[in-house]
Amino acid sequence: MASLRDLRRRIQGIKKTRQVTKAMQAVSAAKMRRAQEDVLAARPFARRVRGVLGRVGSASVGVQHPLLTVRKPEKVAYIVMTGDRGLCGAFNGNIIRKAEEAVKQHQDADLICVGRKSRDFFRKRKYNIVREYIGIGESADLELTREVVKYASDKFTDEEYDEVYLVYAEFVNALVQKPMVEKLLPVENLGSENDQGEKQEEKGARVEYIFEPDVESMLAQLLPMYVENSIFQAFLENKAGEHSARMTAMDNATKNADEMIENLTLSLNRARQAAITTEINEIVGGAAALE
Amino acid sequence: MAEKNQRLEIVTPERMILDEDVRFVVVPGEEGELGFLPDHAPLVSSLKTGVLRLQKDSETSSIAIHGGFVEVRGSRVTVLASIAEKANEIDLSRAQDAKQRAQQRLEQKASEVDIDRAQTALKRALTREKAAEQ
Repeated sequence: MASLRDLRRRIQGIKKTRQVTKAMQAVSAAKMRRAQEDVLAARPFARRVRGVLGRVGSASVGVQHPLLTVRKPEKVAYIVMTGDRGLCGAFNGNIIRKAEEAVKQHQDADLICVGRKSRDFFRKRKYNIVREYIGIGESADLELTREVVKYASDKFTDEEYDEVYLVYAEFVNALVQKPMVEKLLPVENLGSENDQGEKQEEKGARVEYIFEPDVESMLAQLLPMYVENSIFQAFLENKAGEHSARMTAMDNATKNADEMIENLTLSLNRARQAAITTEINEIVGGAAALE
Repeated sequence: MAEKNQRLEIVTPERMILDEDVRFVVVPGEEGELGFLPDHAPLVSSLKTGVLRLQKDSETSSIAIHGGFVEVRGSRVTVLASIAEKANEIDLSRAQDAKQRAQQRLEQKASEVDIDRAQTALKRALTREKAAEQ
């Protein structure tokens, strides 16, 4: 049996750990609330851009745009977005697993890693990382988004990449984050992507739109905006997911620590009592021997 | 009889700025200002930096818009803007400072000055100022 001193020391240690996890949980909870608000506030825009793009797209069948060109996917790139930090349960792992699965289907795909965790993972396994962005801040960073978008769409327009995918985790709710692989470029399914609420009124009649100045230049403006917003949105979804995953993980860790402390305290008390009993026995035995 | 209204939504990447019933909207379209009354024909247009004005009951208000799109369909006007600021949220003195800075940079005409950026900044500052004053 472990000695009293060892038990006491372990209990102390776990208490310290518990303090840390508890604090991290509180911090994550606060950050999650903000990130959650951000992501929910940003969704209407994403949905509407998609809607407008769909309607402009269906009116412009046959219109060419560099970001719409479908090529045979010979060289593809993946943008893998994770958090910078760990201790958030399986959050980063899930995204990375999903990404690796997808990447393995292609021969030498290029990787654009956003977030330290994805960079570390793929670097260790000698994947072909062409760009890495680490040290992403607390809020989604427009500057960073633009950089990623610019790199990806330039390479796509130069026909260096035939397809670009985006891997991130959709924030479903505080307990569920869903890793997703999305095709970012070429932009696809124009016209079929309407949000559900709008679908019904859409069915009735195809409305003829007036375009100002004209369809081509609208598309030329809308498409980059759409791509940029997709990545921006993915940032927000990831942030909210990361914080809620961390909060859940830390909550579990705190509960585990509580349980361990309880069990160890019980063992400690038992051991102490046993020690006292032995001592009394010894004294009684010693006294008896004197008589 | 109540006047017929239309729904105006102004959305930016960060959040929904406005979602309410209005009577009349004027937006800074790429090729000149566009005014919408309820039941306007379906239209999509890109926007330039400028002031959006709206009339609701008898009040009018202004919102500074920096680039984006407007979509009209049915009795719904949706504005998708990169940045949108209500007049009362604009910090006028900051806008004026920014205007001066941009003007200075344009006047210097030094090669290291990014003319495009300075001009955009100036346009933004002027729009903010205009929206705030109205």
